[in-house]
Amino acid sequence: MMKGQDSDMAQSKTVGVHTADVTAKARKRPSRFSNRKVDRAFYWMAVPAALIFALFLYVPFLQGVAYSFTNSQGYGRFSWIGFKNYGALFRDGRVGHAYLFTLLIAILITLLVNFIALFISVALNGKIAFKNGFRVIYFIPYTLSVLVIGYVFKYIFMTPLPALGKALGIGWLSQSLLTSEHYAWIPIVFLSVWQAVAYSTLIYLAGLQTIDSEVYEAASIDGANEWQKFWRVTFPLIGPFFTINLVLTLKNAFNTFDQVVALTAGGPDSRTETVTYLIYKGGLTGGEYAYQTANAVMFFIVLAVIAFIQLGISRRGEKI
Amino acid sequence: MAQTALMQPQTPAQSAGRGGRRHRGFPGSRLKRVNWWLTATVAVLSLTILVPLYFTVVTALKTPAEAGTFSLPSSWQWHNFADAWNKVNYPKAALNSAIVTVCAVALTLLTNTFVAYAVARNMDKRFFRFLYYFFIAAMFVPFPVVMLPIAKQFGSWHLDNVPGLILLYVVLGLGTNLFIATGFIRSIPTALEEAARLDGAGTWRIFWTIIFPLMGPINATIAITTALWAWNDFLMPLIVLTDQTSQTIPLAQYVFSSQFATNYPMAFSSYLMALAPILIVYLFAQKWVISGVMRGAVK
Repeated sequence: MMKGQDSDMAQSKTVGVHTADVTAKARKRPSRFSNRKVDRAFYWMAVPAALIFALFLYVPFLQGVAYSFTNSQGYGRFSWIGFKNYGALFRDGRVGHAYLFTLLIAILITLLVNFIALFISVALNGKIAFKNGFRVIYFIPYTLSVLVIGYVFKYIFMTPLPALGKALGIGWLSQSLLTSEHYAWIPIVFLSVWQAVAYSTLIYLAGLQTIDSEVYEAASIDGANEWQKFWRVTFPLIGPFFTINLVLTLKNAFNTFDQVVALTAGGPDSRTETVTYLIYKGGLTGGEYAYQTANAVMFFIVLAVIAFIQLGISRRGEKI
Repeated sequence: MAQTALMQPQTPAQSAGRGGRRHRGFPGSRLKRVNWWLTATVAVLSLTILVPLYFTVVTALKTPAEAGTFSLPSSWQWHNFADAWNKVNYPKAALNSAIVTVCAVALTLLTNTFVAYAVARNMDKRFFRFLYYFFIAAMFVPFPVVMLPIAKQFGSWHLDNVPGLILLYVVLGLGTNLFIATGFIRSIPTALEEAARLDGAGTWRIFWTIIFPLMGPINATIAITTALWAWNDFLMPLIVLTDQTSQTIPLAQYVFSSQFATNYPMAFSSYLMALAPILIVYLFAQKWVISGVMRGAVK
């Protein structure tokens, strides 16, 4: 170690002149951006789009922030009330429950979707018959409207399923899960998972196809069984796809809306309201416009914090 | 279960029969062998998707008294479709959905691509680098965060109609589409463009005659994901559309369900008519759809 350092120092002395030359060169260049002249057409391509984009997304966002400091009902006169909306949000049990509910089902949906999708994609990538046909079937849910298929499931949860529960003598299944205070979350999670598995499976399949079959041959020569092959070979190799899936599933699950509208409409007794549903319902039909814009701003902050945590975790994961 | 099914080791007899020199895991012998246990598992699991679809079809063809079981209808009630067709004003809703989807896809392809081109080709410029992050950052602003101001704004701008909705899909999809497309454009060599420029072609002409056709696969991905989004989306039509006559299919189903909730077979006929168009398109174009969505997901 010491020796190496010594020789390094000696070297830096001898090439001292040279390095000074390099730094001077670097100083001449003002930045890593070039001075090349850009054709004006490129500005015509991008700048109007950026302005429209700002008008439709960033301006409403800032307007939302501004409205969150008022007592507006969405129409008529209003006045500035400072941080009162935010203070009220923290004391509102209904809002607190919506955040807790959203967080819990988002985590549950993400775990279930990734577990099931991983299983299905490995199976679809295995030596099965009618491979392409099954792939087509498993992707169907992604192409369907969540709301409409949600109405189908609502009826299934309301009528045939309780009938089945009665026939089998299962107490908690004999009544509609949708109206149960304790179990109404199950249909919502079920529908979300049912729909989201399709897309995640596809991503995992794309990942599995990048793995060279020779890796498996090498593993079998070393005497690995299928279980070891999955955990020691397959899973590490599709790591990036696992990260993509976790991020996307969690992001979609946090915005769960159609499922709630189709199945429970937030009920019973506001037990299954997600944050998005609450923002919509209170803000547009409940006369709480400014209050729910404050909720939306808070929701954005919560999501941003979660995104940063995710980013940090996945970066640390990549280092290892 | 599938793991154990996969595990079935080759019996010594099998490998012996193939000659002692061959290794247990010889690829040729394993590739052809179909794992029927795994196939059965996959088939049983696929019922979770097929059974609800089957249930939708049979319920749509029953009498109200018969609905609620998985059995086939005793007499096929085809008139349910006609009833639902009129009650939900299906032709109007389907037309609206078709207009929204086709226009959103066409406008997205015609605009988002050249924005991506301008940004991708000038990433060495501070201004365009800024624009890149300006567009990409929007991917982290979920629609619920801005939906209340947008609902208010669109009402006052008279955009609470089909054109407004189309515009919203074209604008809000830009972040993701740009993200997908810039990587692809940067992989296209600039030699062609330089040659065309020497021949006197301008930037716009170069884009439309050279770059846009070369973007084929990415255009397909953008078209497919935009079409699925615009056709199936419920939240944005719910927020933006105020007029009854401009309802899209999911929105019409929402209004319909709150009004005619008791006649389940008729409701299911309307659900089936809502699901069928996209399902049929998907089954015919499944190869395109699956590969297109896959390309967008993993770039």
